[in-house]
Amino acid sequence: MTVQETVLAIQKGEMKAQEVLESHLKTIQDREEEINAFNLVMTEEAIKEAEKIDSLVAEGKNPGPLTGIPVAVKDNICTQGIPTTCSSNILAGWLPPYDATIVERLRDAGAVIVGKTNLDEFAMGASTENSAFGPTRNPLDTTRVPGGSSGGSAAAVAAGFTPLAIGSDTGGSIRQPAALCGVVGVKPTYGRVSRYGLVAFASSLDQIGPFAETVADAALLLEVISGHDPLDTTSIPEPPLDLSSALTQGVEGLRIGVIDELSGGAIEGISDDVLACLEKAVEALTSAGAIVERTSVPSTVYGLSAYYVIAPAEASSNLARYDGVRFGPRVDAKTTSEMMVATRTAGFGDEVKRRIMLGTYALSAGYYDAYYGKSQKVRTLIMNDFAAAYEKFDLLLSPTAPTTAFPLGDKTEDPLQMYLQDICTISSNLAGHPAMSVPFGQGTDGLPVGIQVLAPATDEHTMFRAGAILEASNQGQS
Amino acid sequence: MNERISREDVAHVARLACLSLTDVELDAFTNQLADILEHAADLDALDLETVEPTAHPLPLINVFRDDKLGEAVDREKFLASAPEVENNQFKVPPALGEHS
Repeated sequence: MTVQETVLAIQKGEMKAQEVLESHLKTIQDREEEINAFNLVMTEEAIKEAEKIDSLVAEGKNPGPLTGIPVAVKDNICTQGIPTTCSSNILAGWLPPYDATIVERLRDAGAVIVGKTNLDEFAMGASTENSAFGPTRNPLDTTRVPGGSSGGSAAAVAAGFTPLAIGSDTGGSIRQPAALCGVVGVKPTYGRVSRYGLVAFASSLDQIGPFAETVADAALLLEVISGHDPLDTTSIPEPPLDLSSALTQGVEGLRIGVIDELSGGAIEGISDDVLACLEKAVEALTSAGAIVERTSVPSTVYGLSAYYVIAPAEASSNLARYDGVRFGPRVDAKTTSEMMVATRTAGFGDEVKRRIMLGTYALSAGYYDAYYGKSQKVRTLIMNDFAAAYEKFDLLLSPTAPTTAFPLGDKTEDPLQMYLQDICTISSNLAGHPAMSVPFGQGTDGLPVGIQVLAPATDEHTMFRAGAILEASNQGQS
Repeated sequence: MNERISREDVAHVARLACLSLTDVELDAFTNQLADILEHAADLDALDLETVEPTAHPLPLINVFRDDKLGEAVDREKFLASAPEVENNQFKVPPALGEHS
């Protein structure tokens, strides 16, 4: 059943929100110990919310477009009075004093929030192994990672724990786990979804977005969470998206460019089976009437380097607030500065420390121009190159991740290898553009491959047209 | 572009970032940070002289909210998150004269 069908069934009284929740809680009970998708399952709260939805329906009211749908929320998004840990010891025991805007929007739409999902600490990682709560496993093969950093949300949808989940994407943290878990993941345009209540990692790159089993379900969830929010000054002053017509519009006449650098061109390390799936995706879009050609976005080659200066630089500043003074646990010491050092040293994991130091270095006297200043200029080049490409094309296409899901422990000793997982996704964050990953085909290991559709700023609508065609073609083949 | 980051550089950066590292950690982080920064050296190939920097992807400038009364922050609620509180204020260990 699609989300929309379930919503209609509950609204018509053919099903109860409580039954829908129960069956998902049962699935969670069966497999959560093995998968570890959740930092917290909110069983009691969810049951209460489902009861409330059922009584609203019984009174003849319409609780909203997500009536009774269980949703999982990444644990770096604030939920009032409910632990929000960012999978870090430095937020152990902290209870947010307010709800994120998207949490309010989900509840206003009738959704039932089922739990908080695991992530790489502070969303820094590509495997969900850097977590104070232990790694999340890929439901399709539990010896493999689910990707990251929103690996818990991707795994929750892939395992059938919830039909929908919320993640955040700073350099690929929604799209790459979606690809590795065989689900749909969308990073909207920067500013499309309010960041109010999202714990900041790199503020000029962070964006919240949906996970779903299908493109239509992802569109529905994005519609609910999008739209202007006065509480976020970087929020785009536009009403919520309406994507319904995109799902059936097709791609006839659309011009789609395959990014040469990410499909066998300048950037190495994209595996052959992933490239084979990309070829099939090109065929599918072509036979649906799109005009698909290879094109160059030259500075994507430099995206990774620029990102791994800019994101840590912003993180080093954002994470300065965790000092044991206003929230979170404190390690006692004789003086304030000793207390701060002791608290931060005990509270942060290695990857977070690595990035804080990298960012601090890139911003420090003598190195600012060489690293941070230079990277900001590369960001301009990337935006210019995308602008040039979008003069010729409506959309761009690439693989989402260089490989299928890799074994746990494979890259934990070599941070740079882990960072290379983001090679295809990072440029969209630097440019602020939307991009989505749609499952398309499999690797030689039988694990899913994701194809990434990229669009210019604010054109989620055209992006979903191509996403829907890819999904239909992929289902036709399997 | 620059010399490989040294152990002393990393120790200095750790101090700036309020982190304390063991000797073993310092060695490991030095190698890892050096590898990452070496990768970033590919930016040296670019001529960026005339390129303007981008700090932010959106053309939003001077965003103000309407000057209307809203809900005030609940002081109690925020203080409740703190490790130590006294007289409605965050309490910390001695901060002055700590080096004497």
